[in-house]
Amino acid sequence: MSARLGPRARVWGGFLLAAALLLGVAPAVLSDFRLNLLGKFLCLAMVAVGIGLAWGRGGMLTLGQGVFFGLGGYLMAMHLKLADAGPGGVPDFMLLYGDGTVPGWWEPFRSPVVTILAILLLPAGLAALLGLAVFKRRVRGAYFAILSQALAAAFAILLIGQQKVTGGTNGLNGFRGFFGYDLSDPVNKRMLYYIAAVVLLLMVAAVRLLMRSRYGELLVAVRDQENRVRFLGYDPALVKVVAYTVAAAFAAIGGALFTPIVGIISPADVGVVPSIAFLVGVAIGGRATLLGPVLGAIGVSWAETSLSESFPSFWTYFQGALFIVVVAFLPNGLATLGQVWRRRRGGSGAGIAADDAVRPDARRSDDQESGVHDPAVSGRTA
Amino acid sequence: MTRLLTTRALAAPAAVALVLALGACGSRTDAGASGDSSASGSTSCVDTSGDSIKIGFLNSLSGTMAISEQTVRDALDLAAEEINAGGGVLGKQLEIVGEDGASEPTVFAEKAEKLIKSDCVAAVFGGWTSSSRKAMLPVFESNDALLFYPVQYEGLEASPNIFYTGATTNQQILPGVEYLKEQGKTKLFLVGSDYVFPRTANKEIVAWAEANGVEIVGEEYAPLGHTDFATIVTKLKGSGADAVFNTLNGDSNVAFFKEYKNVGLTADTLPVVSVSIAEEEVGGIGIENIEGQLTAWNYYQTVESPENEKFVAAFKAKYGDDRVTSDPMEAAYTSLYLWKGMVEKAESFDVADIQEAADGVSFDAPEGTVTVNGDNHHIAKTALIGKIGPDGLIYTEWSSDGPIEPDPFLEGYDWAEGLS
Repeated sequence: MSARLGPRARVWGGFLLAAALLLGVAPAVLSDFRLNLLGKFLCLAMVAVGIGLAWGRGGMLTLGQGVFFGLGGYLMAMHLKLADAGPGGVPDFMLLYGDGTVPGWWEPFRSPVVTILAILLLPAGLAALLGLAVFKRRVRGAYFAILSQALAAAFAILLIGQQKVTGGTNGLNGFRGFFGYDLSDPVNKRMLYYIAAVVLLLMVAAVRLLMRSRYGELLVAVRDQENRVRFLGYDPALVKVVAYTVAAAFAAIGGALFTPIVGIISPADVGVVPSIAFLVGVAIGGRATLLGPVLGAIGVSWAETSLSESFPSFWTYFQGALFIVVVAFLPNGLATLGQVWRRRRGGSGAGIAADDAVRPDARRSDDQESGVHDPAVSGRTA
Repeated sequence: MTRLLTTRALAAPAAVALVLALGACGSRTDAGASGDSSASGSTSCVDTSGDSIKIGFLNSLSGTMAISEQTVRDALDLAAEEINAGGGVLGKQLEIVGEDGASEPTVFAEKAEKLIKSDCVAAVFGGWTSSSRKAMLPVFESNDALLFYPVQYEGLEASPNIFYTGATTNQQILPGVEYLKEQGKTKLFLVGSDYVFPRTANKEIVAWAEANGVEIVGEEYAPLGHTDFATIVTKLKGSGADAVFNTLNGDSNVAFFKEYKNVGLTADTLPVVSVSIAEEEVGGIGIENIEGQLTAWNYYQTVESPENEKFVAAFKAKYGDDRVTSDPMEAAYTSLYLWKGMVEKAESFDVADIQEAADGVSFDAPEGTVTVNGDNHHIAKTALIGKIGPDGLIYTEWSSDGPIEPDPFLEGYDWAEGLS
């Protein structure tokens, strides 16, 4: 039915609806506690938006987004700890585990401006450097996935080992203020939620623009036929680096907002397992679609929370069952439910599917060396 | 042109929303008197009008810690059942709200907040790892609620909103090393998992050793879950140590003790004192690998007292004859009774009233009589050094002279100056 409306009207309608839901309805109907939880999910959804771009559109299986999420989260946490300690003060955990002095590389983060700039630039810069080094050498597929996962593991181990300056397994927590605003005041917690909601909406809008631009076409082309794009005169490495960097920046911002909303950032939030968990939401939602990753990430987190509240001792089985059902019957995610339905009913949906380029399985025969793309997806076409 | 328009069009409502959001600001950290956490306006929603009172149990039922924390949950359930059968607390039956901490600090923080704010429980019982406790601490402090934490830990903490019913350093670690010194051991090797508890405990041991003429001949850490101990055991064997202090946690102990036996080290030639191995873990490690080694705790299943006899019998009747009881389980069981004692002394479920009444509340626990210290919210406990027997149970080898007063910040020890 929505097909009757123009595509622009649909996008506008969808965007306004999402804004109304997030900024109007949710705060009105949810308790402070639930709203804060939703805020946490929105932060995870920010990571998912980036993964949707890099993985769904760009074909890069980013198994290590926890690194960028963690960098953003820890940078924010360092500032909050220093701000709590006051000018010249030493964060409480350093008095406990360290030698009671603030190391030199912590000092710059006393400044809120430096911290925000670092959150925006540092993880993105790291991703750009890493991307250039990796993609220029034409590392991709399984090798790229393994590399990014190893980074996540290494990052978590580094954080654990440096207890004196990172808080070790405890991570950083117990923040009292957020840029001068008292975090124990419910009004300020709501403010954080609004900030997260607006940032997420902006990210989705930005990705929509990227997807619809020439660059977006190029990215999908690189995903599906990297060699042909190279023969056309483009540098696929640069195309990938941009998507990877954007994904890293989004993850870092998500992490930076996650820290004050949840009140803790620890190695358990940045290692291999959380990095995979980010992908799961994206895969379930539909990685190549615009809203699939967002809805998938929020939906999976929400389901996890409510299932674990209702069935504390066996909720993990439900979660496993959900993954199996989606991967077996909807390999491109829940967002493609409508298309699958239409195809089953008589195959009239082909036009829409092609229009959205949601099918990463319509793919290469001449690109043998790039191994991984998601066996579940390729399995269905075969 | 059209694209530019879209950008601007999308940005406009977003900008408006951002301004709205920032406009709705609350109190600032620098405004007004600070330091009074109750002033932040969180009022308790605990319902004390009915025939029952809600309490929360928060333990990891999934993830790596589930195997340990499930046993604590079992002990808590047993205590709740007994208390309900005995008429409840202040005439009210206990209504348990159980949650899964999923072995993740963030989940512990989230569920703690849910228990306090959505379920309005009067108190929460649970937590195991230091990271789970550290994650929950700000939640309980900012909501002015109560947590009962049942596991021995590294000390250097005392929150008005937490009652610590496991041992602090001077009730477990210090008796452990002092026992070794008494036995004439002067060269210690420290081995531990790489996380907060072992690192902090070892920092304290190093300071103690310096003041007591004991030499630390090595300090090694393995990542949690690490199972290759060839390097560490080789180092240990060549270090000239005459005793080992072990703060490894979980699976690592299996690999460590197998390797230990493989290279020909035994409890007689080079004894190991472990602080994270209780009755539950002995079976997993294999009795043949660990028989004769030492442990430091405050409770063993073999403790001889009528209270313990009753506890062990009730536990086995409820969960099966093959189950064992251990220190954290006993501390959890005890914590529920201590809360009951505090509530009955205060004649109120209110947090401030309980904090007021807590000092001196005591309970004849399976480990012996324990008493709450009102200043630091820890409890006085007797330290027990145990030896692992051929039946997999642990038998008391040495016991402290009655209960030791808790000293989480080690203020009574000169050598500990500068640690906290």
